[in-house]
Amino acid sequence: MSNLPDLEKKINSELTTKIKISEIKHSQLYLNIDCDDLLDVLVFLKNNASTKFRQLIDITAVDYPEENERFKIVYLLLSHEFNNRVILTYSINENEVIPSITEIFPSANWMEREVFDMYGIKFKNHPDLRRILTDYNFEGFPLRKDFPLTGHNEVRYNEDEKKVIYEPVKLEQNYRNFDYESPWEGTKYIKEINKKND
Amino acid sequence: MTKEKKTLNLNFGPQHPAAHGVLRLILELDGEVVEKADPHIGLLHRGTEKLIEYKTYAQAVPYFDRLDYVAPMNQEHAFALAVEKILNIDVPIRGQYIRVIFCEIGRILSHILNITTQAMDVGALTPTLWGFEEREKLMGFYERASGSRLHANYFRPGGVHQDLPRGLLEDITKFCENFPKIIDDLETLLTDNRIFKQRNVDIGIVSKQDALDYSFSGVMLRGSGVPWDLRKSQPYDCYNQIDFRIPIGKNGDCYDRYLCRVEEMRESINIINQCLVKIPKGPVKTQDAKVTPPSKKELKNSMEALIHHFKLFTEGYRVDKDEIYVSVEAPKGEFGVYLISDGSNKPYKCKIKAPGFSHLQAMDYLIKGHMLADVPAVLGSMDIVFGEVDR
Repeated sequence: MSNLPDLEKKINSELTTKIKISEIKHSQLYLNIDCDDLLDVLVFLKNNASTKFRQLIDITAVDYPEENERFKIVYLLLSHEFNNRVILTYSINENEVIPSITEIFPSANWMEREVFDMYGIKFKNHPDLRRILTDYNFEGFPLRKDFPLTGHNEVRYNEDEKKVIYEPVKLEQNYRNFDYESPWEGTKYIKEINKKND
Repeated sequence: MTKEKKTLNLNFGPQHPAAHGVLRLILELDGEVVEKADPHIGLLHRGTEKLIEYKTYAQAVPYFDRLDYVAPMNQEHAFALAVEKILNIDVPIRGQYIRVIFCEIGRILSHILNITTQAMDVGALTPTLWGFEEREKLMGFYERASGSRLHANYFRPGGVHQDLPRGLLEDITKFCENFPKIIDDLETLLTDNRIFKQRNVDIGIVSKQDALDYSFSGVMLRGSGVPWDLRKSQPYDCYNQIDFRIPIGKNGDCYDRYLCRVEEMRESINIINQCLVKIPKGPVKTQDAKVTPPSKKELKNSMEALIHHFKLFTEGYRVDKDEIYVSVEAPKGEFGVYLISDGSNKPYKCKIKAPGFSHLQAMDYLIKGHMLADVPAVLGSMDIVFGEVDR
C-alpha cells in the first residue's frame, strides 16, 4: 500500500472535474464519478504510468430503493505495480443504461452479466448480455431490495406428469423478518472512550 | 469449390464427473477441435448474497463455509477481517496464529483435492487414493478445533470460536513431519510421469498479459509468472511475521500450475511449522464483550454476561455505517468480500468476489483450438469449485 495520498492528488489533478468525491479509508482509495465519465476515468486509471490499475477485481451494484438515483455501481480495481486498490462508484436511475467496459477489461463480461442478472441494469455495447446465475426463464431481479427473500417460484418433481414443474412458493409459515430496534449501543462507545484516552 | 464447415454442438455436463461439480459446458466442435466453449453456470446458485442481507453478522459466517467447500475456513477469514476492520477491533496474537495455521491447512486440503482429481481426470487413479487419506487427517484437525469436518463456522469476527483442544498442536506437528514425504510420493507418481506430462505440458497456456486482463488471481496468475500473493503483498493477520516463498511458474500451462500447487503445499507446511513454534498462549478472541459472547463460566455467575449472551445471540452486534473491500489469498486465488454496513445488525450488502468466477469466464479463451480431451485437463488446472462460482 504505497502513497495513497500522492495517488489521490495525482488522480485529482489529472482528472480534475471528473472526480466528484475522493476519499482514503481503510488504506483504499474511494472515488465517486459521473456515469458519463466512466470510460475516460477507467482508461486513465488503467493506462497511466503512475496509476496502472490493470486488473479489474469485480463489478457490483447496490440498491437504495428510497433514493432518487436508485443504484450505485461499484468497480473494484487493483494495481499490482503499486499495490493499491481503488473503489470507483457512481449512481444511476432505475432505467438508465450504462456503458459496458468489456472493451477495456475483457473480464468485465461475466461481471456485467451478473449485475444485469441480479439487478436488471442494462449495459450498452455488451457482447452477450444474458442471465448468468439464475435459472433458465427466471423472472425478476433477486438482489433488488424489493425482491422477496423466499422468491416467487419453487421447483419440484411431479410424479403424475413425470417431469420437473414450477409452482408458486407455498410456505407453511410466512417468512418472518424480525425488527431488532433497541437501544443496544454496539461497539461505538468503546471507540469513543479509546479516542478520549489517546 | 469450398466445403461448408460443419460444427457439432456437444453438451458437456452438468453431470459429468470431470466437470468438477455442476458445470454445463456447451462446446462447439469441429471434428475433435473445440471452436467455442460457452459455460452455463448457476446450477448451484443458492442466493448466498441475498441471504446474508437478512442475517446478522454472526449468522452470516456459516454461509462462507458453503462457498468453496474444499477450504471453508479461508472464506470465513475474509468476512471476519472485513467486519473486524469496520468495527476496528484487534484479534489477539494467539487467535491470529490459529487462523493462519487453519488457513494453511485449508490450502493443503484444497491443493490435494485439486492435484489428485486433476490427475484422475487425465487417467491416474492412485494419487486420489493417497491424497484423500491425508485430507481425512486434515479434516480430523478441522473437526477437533471446530466440531465439524467441513462447515466449520470457526473464524468469527474478533478471533476464533474457541481455543484448540489439548494435544491438537502436537498432532499437527506430527502431520507436518510426515506430510512432505507424502508430497514426494505424489510427485513420483505425477511430476515426471510421461502420460501426465503429455496431457498437461503446453495445454491451456496463459500469457502474463492475458492473466491480468482476465482478472486471474492465485495460482492461475502465478503460474504465468506474475509474482503476486496477497499474503506477501497485503499481509493480513500474522502473515508478515512469517518467512515463506511464493512459487511462480514460467510457461503458464497446466503443468506449471500443477507444479506451483505442489510447491505451495510445501510452503504451507513451512508456514504451519513456523506458526507452531511461534504461537503464544493467551486469549483467542477479542475481549470486547459487545462482540464476543461470554464464556460458559461467566454466564453462570454474572448477570451482565447473561444479558450480553442473550443480546448477542438474538439481536447480534451493530456495525457502524461503512463500506469496505477486504480480500484474502484463498487456495484458488483472491477471495474478497465487499461489505456495506448501515449501522444496523445486518449487512446492507455483501458482495462476494470468488476467484473461480473469473477463471471459468476465461474457459472459452483457454480451450479454443484445443482438443476435446483437453477440456478436463484445463478445467482441472483452473481449480473450479462450484460452491464459490455460483454462490
